[in-house]
Amino acid sequence: MSLERAIALLFLALFILYGYTAFFTMDASLAPFMRRNPIWPSTFPKGISVLGILASLYVLLGFESAGEQKKSEIDYRNLGQYKIGQALILLALMIAYALLLRPAGFLLSTVLFLVLSAWVLGERRIFMLLIVSFIATGVVWYLVQQVLGIFLRPLPFFLG
Amino acid sequence: MFEGILIGLSTAFSLSNLLMVIGGCLVGTFIGMLPGLGPMSIIAIMIPVAISIGDPSAALILLAGVYYGAIFGGSTSSILINAPGVASTVATSFDGYPLARQGKAGKALTVAAISSFAGGTIGAILLMIFAPMLASVALLFHSAEYFALMVVGLSAIAAFAGSGQVGKAILMTLTGLMMATVGEGALFNMPRFTMGVMDLQSGFGFITLAMAMFALPEALFLVLDPSRSNTGDAGSKIKDLRITKDEAKQITPVIGRQSIQGFLIGVLPGAGATIASFLGYAVERNIASKEEQEKFGKGSVKGLAAPESANNAACTGSFVPLLTLGIPGSGTTAILLGALIALNVSPGPRLMTTQPEIFWAVIISMYVGNVILLILNLPLIPYIAKVLAVPRNYLIPFILFFTMMGAYIGQNNATELLILVGLGVIATVLRFANYPLAPLLIGFILGSMLEDNFARSMQLARGFGFITERPMTMGLLLLAVALVLLPGIRARRARRKSAFIADGD
Repeated sequence: MSLERAIALLFLALFILYGYTAFFTMDASLAPFMRRNPIWPSTFPKGISVLGILASLYVLLGFESAGEQKKSEIDYRNLGQYKIGQALILLALMIAYALLLRPAGFLLSTVLFLVLSAWVLGERRIFMLLIVSFIATGVVWYLVQQVLGIFLRPLPFFLG
Repeated sequence: MFEGILIGLSTAFSLSNLLMVIGGCLVGTFIGMLPGLGPMSIIAIMIPVAISIGDPSAALILLAGVYYGAIFGGSTSSILINAPGVASTVATSFDGYPLARQGKAGKALTVAAISSFAGGTIGAILLMIFAPMLASVALLFHSAEYFALMVVGLSAIAAFAGSGQVGKAILMTLTGLMMATVGEGALFNMPRFTMGVMDLQSGFGFITLAMAMFALPEALFLVLDPSRSNTGDAGSKIKDLRITKDEAKQITPVIGRQSIQGFLIGVLPGAGATIASFLGYAVERNIASKEEQEKFGKGSVKGLAAPESANNAACTGSFVPLLTLGIPGSGTTAILLGALIALNVSPGPRLMTTQPEIFWAVIISMYVGNVILLILNLPLIPYIAKVLAVPRNYLIPFILFFTMMGAYIGQNNATELLILVGLGVIATVLRFANYPLAPLLIGFILGSMLEDNFARSMQLARGFGFITERPMTMGLLLLAVALVLLPGIRARRARRKSAFIADGD
């Protein structure tokens, strides 16, 4: 099965689950006076789930006119020829950044993120890299904290 | 109308708003030149800045400037190094890059600058004439019609997706609508579909979704395929800025035709600058004389002027449905709509009467933006090109970082970053399989409005009666059904015809 139709199958499952919730479970918690209302919180989702099931079946069963199929820029059948490892490490770094941002503070985690991800991509001039990261982090922190007035904890939690 | 223009002039020509236009154009041009960052991602990145300005007209002026700048910057990089940073400037590189290789880079950039200036200006004039006409119809619209109109807009976006894509576009739109129902709605005080996750109580963040759908997959694609960010030799000389009288005579009718055509395409929801530029190129090629057709693709000034004027006029055109009907025609205007809602402006038919200063200030600042872009482009080109030399190793980490900052600043919540990464991976896989992502975001943005209007009309009519009681609602809904069904029927008929011929043989 092509990836396209496999994804359609997943969407079908998602819409069925969504529809099941809308039709059978979520109305149970509705207050009695709200039941007199012509529209319930589940009315709109019910409609979407039905249409969504139809649309995903349409794609899944291959009714889509073949037409001129656009070729994706990346051939997913042959992921090995791309830098998939680098992409995965970068994603892991992003997750680490998300988890570290609060406890380690903005300045430290951002510099670490920028340096490490550039390192993964093959940058080896560490001195240059550090300077660029420090300047960029400082500028962004200044803009966000001082100009926009959004609080970003700059330092690790034990420093304040 | 003239009163409106005066209001617009006084708003747009205040010092701070002029600075907004200049700043927006500069930021847009510089980032737009970087391969991989289209207007959509740039605007998404700029939204936190724009929202924190607080004044809606200033914010919209800034974002509009960024939008033009991005389209413009994209054409610079496609001409100089054949690296279109933006989808709508791909057609520009067909003839622009050959011209640059012949040592006529200066001429190519000049032609591009003049055509986009003309396209943008003519587009703004058309917008000024047509938008009030559209808006005057608008007072007839009640919540039932709004609901129907949004359904039409959503189905138009799916229907114009191109052959072999309609089903997937509809599926994506519905997924967007589904994601919009997560969290608490405005009309019911109960959380829905949060799966017990507290952070989903207020729904998915719009900026998070925009970043995850566009900027993150693009960055991952750049990582996966290093040849994608090849910027080539950016150091080549730029000379010969002048265009001859003969060439000027050649491109004038092209610019005129393509500005109008581009504007009209831009007005249609779902079409937008990319389609306008390709169509403009194709049309001009078809109506050119035989020997001129030969030159297309090998460095024809006509082939360069056509997509450039068309895409800028289309950008302006896409503001018509956004400002007058509240329907975003493209992913970019969808992001703008999100920003507007965050600023407590509801774009739509009543915008012109309730907040005329916003409406007219945007139109006036379109002229200002165009003039500034012309001033920027002509003398600064040699310096601007230097940005292209940012090495990939620095570019990608910064794209990722700005993506995360955009999502984090909006919600001040680290869980948002995890949601961002998760949705970004999903979006990347969807792009592998050629699922269009813009419909999802448009569906998400229109979703809550769609449901609110639906709920309001249901309550007013005490049931589904509003569909049959109001002829305009009925008509619009039928139009939506026709829009969705037509491409399929046409394709089936074409297939049956060809099958019949095959049987006859």
